Amino acid sequence: MSAAVSTALQQGLHSCRTCGLLSRPAHGEVEGRCPRCDEALAFRKPAALQRTWAFLIAAAVCYIPANVLPVLTTTTAAGAESDTILQGVILLWSPTGWPLSLIVLIASIMIPIGKIIALAFLLISVQQGSIKSNEQRVRLYGMVEFIGRWSMVDVFVDTYTASLVQLQPLMAVEPSAGLVFFAAVVVLTMLAAQSFDPRLIWDPESEQEVRHA
Amino acid sequence: MPDRDAPPSPIPDSKIRSRRQTRLSLVWIIPIVAAIIGAWVAVVKIMNQGPKIEIVFRSAEGLEAGKTKVHYNGVDVGQVATIRLSKDYKHVIATVEMAPDTEGFLVDDTRFWAVTPRISGATVSGLGTLISGAYITFEIGKSPKNRRSFEALDTPPVVTGDLPGRFFVLKTTDLGSVDTGTPVYFRRLKVGQVASYELDKDGRNLTVKIYVYAPYDQYVNPETRFWQASGIDVSLSATGVSVQTQSVMSMLIGGIAFETPATGQVLPPADPNTVFTLYRDRAEAYKPPPQNPQTFLLIFNQSVRGLTVGAPVDFRGILIGEVTEVHAEVDLKTKEFLIYADITVDPQRLGVRTAAGQTGVSKGKNRKLVDGMVSRGLRAQLRTGNLLTGSLYVAFDFYPDAPQYKVDWSQNPVRLPTIPGQLEGIEASVAKVMNKLEQVPYQEIGNDLRKTIAGLDQTLADTRRTLDNANRLLEPDSELSQEMTSTLRELKGAARELRLLTDYLERHPESLLRGKPEEK
Repeated sequence: MSAAVSTALQQGLHSCRTCGLLSRPAHGEVEGRCPRCDEALAFRKPAALQRTWAFLIAAAVCYIPANVLPVLTTTTAAGAESDTILQGVILLWSPTGWPLSLIVLIASIMIPIGKIIALAFLLISVQQGSIKSNEQRVRLYGMVEFIGRWSMVDVFVDTYTASLVQLQPLMAVEPSAGLVFFAAVVVLTMLAAQSFDPRLIWDPESEQEVRHA
Repeated sequence: MPDRDAPPSPIPDSKIRSRRQTRLSLVWIIPIVAAIIGAWVAVVKIMNQGPKIEIVFRSAEGLEAGKTKVHYNGVDVGQVATIRLSKDYKHVIATVEMAPDTEGFLVDDTRFWAVTPRISGATVSGLGTLISGAYITFEIGKSPKNRRSFEALDTPPVVTGDLPGRFFVLKTTDLGSVDTGTPVYFRRLKVGQVASYELDKDGRNLTVKIYVYAPYDQYVNPETRFWQASGIDVSLSATGVSVQTQSVMSMLIGGIAFETPATGQVLPPADPNTVFTLYRDRAEAYKPPPQNPQTFLLIFNQSVRGLTVGAPVDFRGILIGEVTEVHAEVDLKTKEFLIYADITVDPQRLGVRTAAGQTGVSKGKNRKLVDGMVSRGLRAQLRTGNLLTGSLYVAFDFYPDAPQYKVDWSQNPVRLPTIPGQLEGIEASVAKVMNKLEQVPYQEIGNDLRKTIAGLDQTLADTRRTLDNANRLLEPDSELSQEMTSTLRELKGAARELRLLTDYLERHPESLLRGKPEEK
């Protein structure tokens, strides 16, 4: 960040999250309401780190049952069969079907855990007041936020399959408990990404600049 | 921080907001809730995890890790988790995750087996598994002892404990066409099945375990006879051909039949696992077992080809025992080869009965009886039982003309007298005739005959000469015939003269007295 750029925080100004209006905090108050849209104002997202941590931990907790519990139960004439995500990946893995298997592996296993690790890294780096590779960290955050919704693909596919394949008594597909946890992981990581305030990434740097200045 | 009272700017002041002191964000409830749910799921999962058991199979054919289920009466109670080879690569060990609350039936004598399509003899089973794949099922044991490692049965047990009935044990020397699942018949009604069979350790007998369903098991009592009802038993007798079968099914796949001989008294049903003998056929089954068998020795001075161990010994057609041993011995004194045949005879079958309930006859009485019979001419004889196969049997009968014999009771076994067999008797007669024929002086007879024939030749020549002479005499131009002709002619003339004379005499009878009158 170039030194010439000063942040709203440095100017002692609030920026409204909803309408983007800059306002000066009311007298004696650090935080107030937006004069235009009545939105609660804060210099930074309130308790951003705490909330992000909370969502992230919840997501990490849910990630375990999401992978251990079966996501789909296929009932055929041969009997009921429950598969976890990883079993599905193994099932799909064949000389010709490996790209599909790879997609499932990346979308359903690697991306959620990648998001959790990325957010954890961002949180830790912010808490430690790191000023290194800010731009990369901001890009990382952007990626996490962008990719978040696509993890739901797996949940969508499973729910569609479950609703379409209902050929009782020959075959039936039903979602299992694992799917709920998987959806929870996706939602919680999205919430975590949202509650994180990327401005915190460059706050330490601007503070340093202020001190230097 | 920049000064608050800085020169006025177009940026407006924000409105005052009541502040909440939020030291610990409420958002922490979310991970706590997530953790609680996760923990709860984990607890439920662990709670729902039944015991893990190991089942050793001979082959994992049809079994699939993570797919093959364990069914009990159609209920899914477990799943094969892993399949691996045993350390010696001889067996397959399947680790099975059982459903919770299954500990109760994982006991010592619970038996597992894989259900696969199976076609054996009469039964086709497990066809459903053609589509659904094999599954494992089991029969719950009764033992109170828990167990986690089992050995699967190679074949599904025919009889599972849920059908009431009783097991019985049959002993046989020949399995015949008996197989696991072979039906057991009672009055042509299928009342049970063969549960298992195994060779005894000594390799001599087979033990067949059968299961007779209730309520038919009550018809099995200690007197019941079991026999192999397999195939067709055709017997040719004086009354014609009789064919004995149980059913078409048993003809094809064999079977075991049982029957209880009709006796006056009602016997209590046999205890479970009572041991019976499995006879080869009905006739054998009904052959009463020897009660007091006695061994006798018979010595034959003839070929015993066709006399086998087990050949029947009968008395006037009634079976009284069998041949137990046949061997040849040389008599050193007489330098004769003799055939020794040991026979066991059940005197009971000859109607030698004492007071009811008393088995056997006292020794002394028995001896007296045998002595008496031998002195009256009781002799053993080898007879041909079957002309086609030449099989022989030992027949006892009375031959009052037989040479006297004294039974020596000091020997063991006691020797009974024999007389030559039927064929042997014929042979002996023929030999006698032959001997006599041999004594005929064929040479001399021949010589005489030749002489006679030579004389005859001479006679014939003489005769021919005589005939020739006669011929010559009778020829027309011979002297004799000419003389004869002239004689005859003269005789004819004489006859004419005589006629003339008689004619003249008729006309002139006086001439007889007066003579011929002178011609005037």
